[in-house]
Amino acid sequence: MSIVTASPVPRNYEVIPKTSLDGSELDGELLEVAMGPQHPSTHGVFRMDVVLDGETVVKLKPVFGYLHRNHEKIAENTSYLGSMPYTDRLDYFCSLTNNWAYALAVERLAGLQVPERAEFIRIITAELTRLQNHTSVCGFLLQDMGALGTPLMYAFREREKILDLFEALTGARMMCNYMRFGGCRCDLPPGWLDRVRKIVDDFPRFLDSYEALLNTNEILLARTQGVGRLPRALAISAGITGPMLRACGVDYDIRKVDHYGIYDRFEFRIPLGEHGDVYDRYMIRLLEIRESLKILQQALKAVPGGPVIDPKAKLRGFRPKAGEAYGRIEGPKGELGFYLISDGSPNPYRYRVRPPSLINLTILEDMCLGQSVADAVVTLGSVDIVLGEVDR
Amino acid sequence: MIEEGLKNELAKQGVVLTTLQELYNWGRGNSVWPLSFGLACCAIEMMAASMAKWDIARFGSEVFRPSPRQADLMIVAGTVTKKMAPQVVRLYNQMPEPKYVIAMGACAISGGPFKQGYNVLKGIDRLLPVDIHIPGCPPRPEALLHALITLQKKIETQALTGPNRPRHLDAAAPSEFPVPEFGEHDIVPAMNPRLWKPTPVVR
Repeated sequence: MSIVTASPVPRNYEVIPKTSLDGSELDGELLEVAMGPQHPSTHGVFRMDVVLDGETVVKLKPVFGYLHRNHEKIAENTSYLGSMPYTDRLDYFCSLTNNWAYALAVERLAGLQVPERAEFIRIITAELTRLQNHTSVCGFLLQDMGALGTPLMYAFREREKILDLFEALTGARMMCNYMRFGGCRCDLPPGWLDRVRKIVDDFPRFLDSYEALLNTNEILLARTQGVGRLPRALAISAGITGPMLRACGVDYDIRKVDHYGIYDRFEFRIPLGEHGDVYDRYMIRLLEIRESLKILQQALKAVPGGPVIDPKAKLRGFRPKAGEAYGRIEGPKGELGFYLISDGSPNPYRYRVRPPSLINLTILEDMCLGQSVADAVVTLGSVDIVLGEVDR
Repeated sequence: MIEEGLKNELAKQGVVLTTLQELYNWGRGNSVWPLSFGLACCAIEMMAASMAKWDIARFGSEVFRPSPRQADLMIVAGTVTKKMAPQVVRLYNQMPEPKYVIAMGACAISGGPFKQGYNVLKGIDRLLPVDIHIPGCPPRPEALLHALITLQKKIETQALTGPNRPRHLDAAAPSEFPVPEFGEHDIVPAMNPRLWKPTPVVR
């Protein structure tokens, strides 16, 4: 953390009334701290310029762009299929859901049908992705609070099991590049579903021990309850999605709202928070894991046979008709959408990503004002950002 | 110089003979502390390498230091953009000697899949002296461990004196490198000519 003494900033008395022991106003300068781009708790190369009055955050300016990799521009200069590997690198924790969102957009653009078996595989892989993303995020959140090591170690132990499944299915641990327009790239390897079943059966045991260890931990409660509170109205008007929004008590899940894939066939509930603070966001993620497990158990019972890709789908020389389409899914971080405009050429005319991380990050200042700088770190951790997606 | 056979024979009798150089390099090589510095996707694999399954602690490198002042090794894990490149060089300059650099992944080596992007540095070896390159997108944790072992081997062979002595023992060798600034079209300088020379095009 590098400390920069700024020129005196006019003090904002409305935000924080200055008090001292004898009631008279203390004199002091505000301190401007640049947290990041290299900081252990900024989750990559994000930078927060915080103005501090003592320990209290008076102003917070997020600075993006340290990982701007020209994703959209590159995608506009390559074929539709050529962008599929790049979508893996958007939110590098959840490559399979990114693949799905992009494939969905192209399928809507070209009017492709997805075979039944592929829909099941998509749901299984997407929910597994949600499992590993949410467990890792809870681990990182606790690491930001100072629980160095243990919770993250446990989370990564479970994550590695799921990554082994992805590797068996797609050949890569993180950059899966598995979905194709109109289905999936290859069929399941033999015995894969049994391996998934075993992990799904074992997962609740891990969750129980994780929750027993942490949920009522005094430090966790003190550091998260009432911290980083997000008002419901602000969350809606700022376009927040995903667990962040549901922690404020808004019942909005694209899986239920948009009826994409075959989520309609499964029974699952949407956990909702009440206070919209960091603790609710943490609990919502743990509860969502349990709901994902329910979906997985139902899906694993019913995987049908058949092809995994629409035989009419054309991979080489793919040219959709001129038009536009928006495909969105409920990614682990929120609404992940791809907006495509086609002019009939092999490349998209416009390719736009709606990144949940970036939009969820826009209200960071509102959540952090008036709190201590240590709480700002925890609040950022609870937003669940991945810089590959924020900056693209 | 004691021959290897005699040394082994003595070791069996409980007499350990070594040179100061071997002892010094053994100690340095087995306690390489990396800077906890993640840039992009590869950082997750770097973290995975430090977790239980791969356990980088077996090689003495589990102590990821957030401060460059306490680190020996910079793992450039991910895409270096032109906005980030000055900070990467500045962090490297703040590390104390002896210091080493691992370029992890295709992006850090050459820009990788994002090479054609307007904002991506085409390889960190243009600005920093890279010791080990790891290919892969992202490289598996095993690859990072292999790179670490390769680095340890390199450290073990470094002579303390003589013309082949490493940079940190050579007073004339630079220990800091110029930090690029934002120019009109690109970072200035776009590369360090002492470290990187463009490959001549042969037609």
